[in-house]
Order: sequence, then structure tokens, then C-alpha cells
Amino acid sequence: MSAEPLISLRGVTKTFGSGEAAFQALKGIDLDVQTGDFVAVMGPSGSGKSTMMNILGCLDTPTSGEYVFKGVHVEQLDRDQRALLRRRYLGFVFQGYNLLARTSALENVELPLLYRGEPKRTRRDVAMDALRTVGLEDWAHHTPAELSGGQQQRVAIARAIVTQPDVLLADEPTGNLDTERSLEIMRLLERFNDESGITILMVTHEPDMAAFARTTVKFRDGLVEAVETRPARDRTAS
Amino acid sequence: MSSVLITTFALALREIRRHLMRSFLTVLGIVIGVGSVVTMVTLGNGTTAAVQAQISSLGANILQIRPGQGFGRGGGGGAQPRPFEADDVEALRQQVAGLVSVAPLVQSSGLAVRNAANWSTTIYGTNNDYLKAQSWSVAEGRTFTAAEEQAGKTVCLIGSTVRRNLFRDESPVGEAIRLRDLSCEVVGALAARGSSMGPMDQDDVVIVPVRAAQRRITGNQSVSTIMVSVNPAYDSATVQASIKSLLRERRRLQPSEADDFNIFDTQQISETLQSTTQMLTGLLGAVAAVSLLVGGIGIMNIMLVSVTERTREIGIRLAIGALGREVLLQFLVEAVVLASLGGLLGLTLALGASLLLAPMLQVPYIFDPTINMVAFAFSALIGVLFGYFPARRAARLNPMDALRHE
Repeated sequence: MSAEPLISLRGVTKTFGSGEAAFQALKGIDLDVQTGDFVAVMGPSGSGKSTMMNILGCLDTPTSGEYVFKGVHVEQLDRDQRALLRRRYLGFVFQGYNLLARTSALENVELPLLYRGEPKRTRRDVAMDALRTVGLEDWAHHTPAELSGGQQQRVAIARAIVTQPDVLLADEPTGNLDTERSLEIMRLLERFNDESGITILMVTHEPDMAAFARTTVKFRDGLVEAVETRPARDRTAS
Repeated sequence: MSSVLITTFALALREIRRHLMRSFLTVLGIVIGVGSVVTMVTLGNGTTAAVQAQISSLGANILQIRPGQGFGRGGGGGAQPRPFEADDVEALRQQVAGLVSVAPLVQSSGLAVRNAANWSTTIYGTNNDYLKAQSWSVAEGRTFTAAEEQAGKTVCLIGSTVRRNLFRDESPVGEAIRLRDLSCEVVGALAARGSSMGPMDQDDVVIVPVRAAQRRITGNQSVSTIMVSVNPAYDSATVQASIKSLLRERRRLQPSEADDFNIFDTQQISETLQSTTQMLTGLLGAVAAVSLLVGGIGIMNIMLVSVTERTREIGIRLAIGALGREVLLQFLVEAVVLASLGGLLGLTLALGASLLLAPMLQVPYIFDPTINMVAFAFSALIGVLFGYFPARRAARLNPMDALRHE
């Protein structure tokens, strides 16, 4: 494990609105995430965990504080630079899947490669490989409407990992799924973490899902309440 | 980047196909705009060409001098204007510098008969100068001799329409035809002038020496029109001025009196008519261009709706790492493709409408590549102009807000 953390937050705050209506969602977060870690972020609604995920995903900027990703001060980057950073290093999985409607699974998975400027042939091959790893090679030409929730989330995961990102950010990836499908998704994430060494940060409400993670970060009222790390071999016990 | 561009085009086409009906209604304004601009200009050009052909068939640098006060004025009531006489023609020929030819013209009409065939035609009494002014040649036979002109012999030249109707494939030279009461010998057949536009067929004519026409057909000494052609080396206005002063003198007009004749300058008329038709074409085109503008607003409206509808899609693209300008390009390309397709449809519409309307208006159909290209480019430009604002709105969306959009 490298001494330099992959992600480092220092005194990060986030305030929405201004004046009397101002609401401070993050009140000064310090957090380090090491390369290859699998982090579960837990906490009640409104505790600031989604706000932090958005900042980590470079979708939002902190009001104050520092966010260092791979040695780069993200809070100093402009809109385009943050987009390029997302394109190059980050993958997203959302609770609502967020696939393009009326667009085949394959084309959805190809999308990030398109913005990387890969030629059509490469896009097709790489996207097909990604679909194969999530077990959906036979569903490549189906649109999201023709897929079950679990299948849609697997397409979303294929889309997130197709560019081989350093970090996968998952915001309640199993929130809309039953237990069996949820476990399928978790095993998939676990496999990518193990085999490809992708660092995973996942927001979840469910302790069963959090159990897959190595590190658990607990949020309360805009602050990190606790960080728990388990021994590496312990987590697959459930 | 080029791979992105190709995919962007494919995406735009797919998006348009998905909402085929909506896309069609969106571009209807452009279709009608481009269609009407191109149709107007095409028909306008046809009209100009028709007028031009009509006038140039009268001959270049030709002045027609007629009794009366000319176009529009003095037409109503009053005494019949005094006609010209043979002496006026002679005086012009001898006293005005810069005239290549001077031809008296006596015009009538009547039935031309040959054996069992007859044909109603126009009869001109004039001389060889008339043919010279018109640069009209004889296809078969000869023109009048000086003696025939002098004596007013009953000989004639026939136009190709008359020839076709009276003689079919036979040679007319040396044959006799009857013009009203007058029997005359055909000495020459005129070359065909081709089909001039409109109802006037210039080949439907029989020409006899002016004296013959005066004596045997009109029965008086008057000359209804004098046609002169001006040497191009001379200034037409100067020549016209000297013609005017000579005729005023001969017709004994006091300085206070207005001209009782008019000089009809084909060149000038041609220029006037041309500028008039061009102005009308421009005006109609401008009116039609307004509908193009309205079409552009229609595109902007639908693109704004589209951006709102696809907010979530934009959010996904931005989250995945699309740059703002890539999203802008996507929507801009879509607007431009939409507008260009509308432009193409409009050009097709214009082609059909022009081909349909040109014969009805008796003008030639002339395909004008410039206006077609300009109209198409303009429709694409409208796509850029009216697509830019919605596209920029899409590009500036906050990815997080866009993702949350329901």
C-alpha cells in the first residue's frame, strides 16, 4: 500500500444557498482513501454523504478546504479539467442506473469510450468485453426498457469500468434492487476491486452491503463520525 | 475528435428519426421559407429572361419612332396623331449622322393564300433596311432589289411560319401568293428567328416593299413607324436628340408645343424592364426570407424543448466526462442537420413548384445553382444561429442538477 493516499480531503465544507437560507451540508471533512480500498459510506439521510460523493466525483466543488486526487488539487481545476479528470480516472454507478433510454446496452457502455475518442471498432470490442464481465453479452442489443433492474445496474457497472478507471463511485447502487440482485451487484463490485484493483467508494444504507467493504466511513450531521477498517480476509464471511 | 464528430452526426440523425413527425413540423417553416424564396427567384429569373429575349429579338441599338406622345400619356381621346411620310424617312437618312439603317414600317394584317392553303398573318411594308436592323437574313432566294423598292413592285419575303403553312416542304421562291387583293411573287424566304417567348411569333410575317403596301394595302402615303438602327460608335442619346430636332422642324412644332411623336429605345426599355423585374424578384424573395426567419424560431423552440426533455441524458454525458463544448456540438449539429434537411426539402419543393408554375406563367424554367446553394447554406446557417442558444443552455447545465432532473 502506497504511503501517499489516492484521495485526500482536508477541511472540506460545502454550503448550499446563502444568507439565512444557507445550509452547511459538510462541516469540515478530513478523509484519506488508499489505492485499492473498498469503502462503504454510511449515515442517515441528509448527513452529507452524497454531497461528499459528488465532490469526490468532481461533479461539485467544495466551498472551502482541499481535495487532492492523485496529487492534484481538484478544488483548483476548472469545469473542463474536472470533466477530463472524470473521463480519465472515474467511473460512476448511480442508484437510478442512469442509462440512456432507447439506446442499446452496448451503446451505453460505449459512451465513455466515445468521449475518449476511441475508434468505432475498438469501442465495440472493449464494450463487448465489459458486458461479458458483467454477464450480459447476450443482452448487448437490448435497450434499458427491455432489461430488469438488476440487468440495468450491471450495464451501468460495465459502463463505469469499461475505461478501467482508478476509482469507482457508487451512490446506493443496490437501493432499487431486491436482496438477491443486490448481492449479485456487490459480488461484481468485489470482484473488480479484487481482480483489477479498482478503488471503490460506495454509499449504502444497508449493513449487509456495507459488509463487503473493507473500510466503513460513518457520517452524521455533515461530519465524519467514525472510520472503521476490517482485516482484509474478514469481509467475505457473510 | 473526428470519430466523435461522425458519431455526433449519426446521433443527430437518430434523434431526428425518433421524432419524425415532430422534426418534420419543426422544419416546416424552413421548408416553406427555402421553397418560396427559391421558387420566387427562379420564376423571377425566368420572367427577366423572357422579357429580355422579347426585347433583344427586336434588335440591338434600335430606335422605333412612332407618332403620338408615347406610352401612357395622351392615349385617351384627342385627334389621331399625325403619321410620318416617306419624305421624313428620307430626311432622317440624309440628315442624321450615326444611323446605320432607316426603315419605314407600314403594318397591316390579312390572309395569305396559295392554292388551297391559306394563313392569317401580319403584313409589313418596309425595305431591306428593316432586315438589316434586325440582322435578319434570307434562307432561300434574295432580298428586294433597289428597283423593286423604288417602284413598289408586288414582290414579297415570307417568314418561316408562313412558309411552313403555305408551302410545307416545297420551295416558295418564284411562286405567287395572294395577300388580300394583291397577288405577289415570293422572292425570298426568311430565316427562322426561333420561337420567341410569349404569344408573338416573329416568323409569322410577310414583308412587301413599303410602296407596295402603301398603294395596294393601306391605300395611303403614311408611315406608321420608322425604325432606325444606331451605329454603336455613336452616343444613342445624341442621335436621339438630333432625330428629335429634325422631326420637330419637319412637323413644324412651336417651341412651346410638346413632341407629337415618341422615340422608343429598345436598349433603354430593356434596362428598365430588367431592373423592374429584378427589383420585384428581390422584393418577393425578401418577403419569403421572413418565413425562413420564422422557421428558425421554430427550430429554436423545439431545440429548447429537446434540451429540457433530455436534461437527464445531458447529465449522464457530462458525468461520464463529456466536455461542455462536446455537448454544445451535439445539440448544434442536431439543429444544423435538422435545418439542412429542411433546406433540402425546401429545394425539392421549389424544384417541383417552379417546374409546375413556369409553364403556367409562360416563362422558361431556368435552374439557378447560386440561389439553390445560397438558400441551402442559409438554412444551415439558421440551424447554427437558432441552435446555438439551446445548445449553449445544454452545455452549461450543472451535471449534478441535470442527473437529478426528472
